[in-house]
Amino acid sequence: MKIKPLCKAIVSIVFIYFMVATNVLARSADTYEFQDAVTEKRFNELNKELRCPKCLNQNLADSNSPIAQDLRREVYDLLHQGKADIEIMNYMVARYGEFVLYRPRVSSLTYILWFGPAILILLGVLVVVFIIRRKPIERKEVELSADQQDKLKALLKDKEL
Amino acid sequence: MNKLIRFLPLILVLALGLVLYRGLSLNPKDIPSALVGKPMPEFSLTKLTDESQIITKDDLKGKIVLLNVWGTWCVYCKYEHPYLVDIAKGGRVALYGLNYKDERIAANQWLKDYEDPYVFSIFDESGRLGVDLGVTAAPETFVIDANAMIRMKHVGPIDARVWQDKFLPVIKMIESEQAGQSLNELSNSEGVNSED
Repeated sequence: MKIKPLCKAIVSIVFIYFMVATNVLARSADTYEFQDAVTEKRFNELNKELRCPKCLNQNLADSNSPIAQDLRREVYDLLHQGKADIEIMNYMVARYGEFVLYRPRVSSLTYILWFGPAILILLGVLVVVFIIRRKPIERKEVELSADQQDKLKALLKDKEL
Repeated sequence: MNKLIRFLPLILVLALGLVLYRGLSLNPKDIPSALVGKPMPEFSLTKLTDESQIITKDDLKGKIVLLNVWGTWCVYCKYEHPYLVDIAKGGRVALYGLNYKDERIAANQWLKDYEDPYVFSIFDESGRLGVDLGVTAAPETFVIDANAMIRMKHVGPIDARVWQDKFLPVIKMIESEQAGQSLNELSNSEGVNSED
């Protein structure tokens, strides 16, 4: 009966091994040598900023699709040609459009993205201020006329009976 | 005024629902191409059938050029293949192939096994021209006019419906432009003649 926990342990060790192993495999799909640490850092940063055009919601660093591999190679080559980050971004935008930028540029097309949330918050604040500052409905003291006074008394008398 | 404010949340929710409902029927993979309206990029690659023959942009001749990105690894390329054969036989456009990230021997065998609809195919093993064209996968098809301008890009396979709805309008537009141009040239030259 002591075999069961042993089995469980083996299974989980194998499972963990495969998780770690596939993770390592995915990371080493392409290996690049860098002339210095700064270039390597820029390479990694650019791959995080650039979106894989085929995979919708992955950056170049995350994706192992063929197109992401190609674009990583392009980024690497451009870096070694001495191109600035902004030039590499422009290069990608010229080919794949604004879509490849995870942080879209401010243009007439993206105004709503950049300023929409701020405008909505402002609108919300305005609504709250409007509601708070609205004057409460005034309640005037109402004087009863002599006639009404008599009616009231009559009603109250009925109640007492 | 007060009544209107009472209905405002309902109106807002309905508007939001409309926007989200529209989102359901949009294809998020339909990315507008950055290259439409721009000239065809320069390249220098070999012909698929002949390693020693260099192909450049100037070799894509025709009044209207269709450049079809394909590969033997691409399933939908097989699906659209019969339509491409028909289009090539129609003679209205000049159909060229861009063999994308493929192996030369396998690609040539593929064309032998089925049928080669292309005037010729460009061999882009590394996908460099693909990157310059903003290609993300195969099949993709570019419509290029006589001035080497990219007029349209279609992502995905071509079939009868796509051809009818998406390609023919653009082709008709280019044709009418070209007819207009040649008419202009004709009348210009006649004008010059009469002055003489």
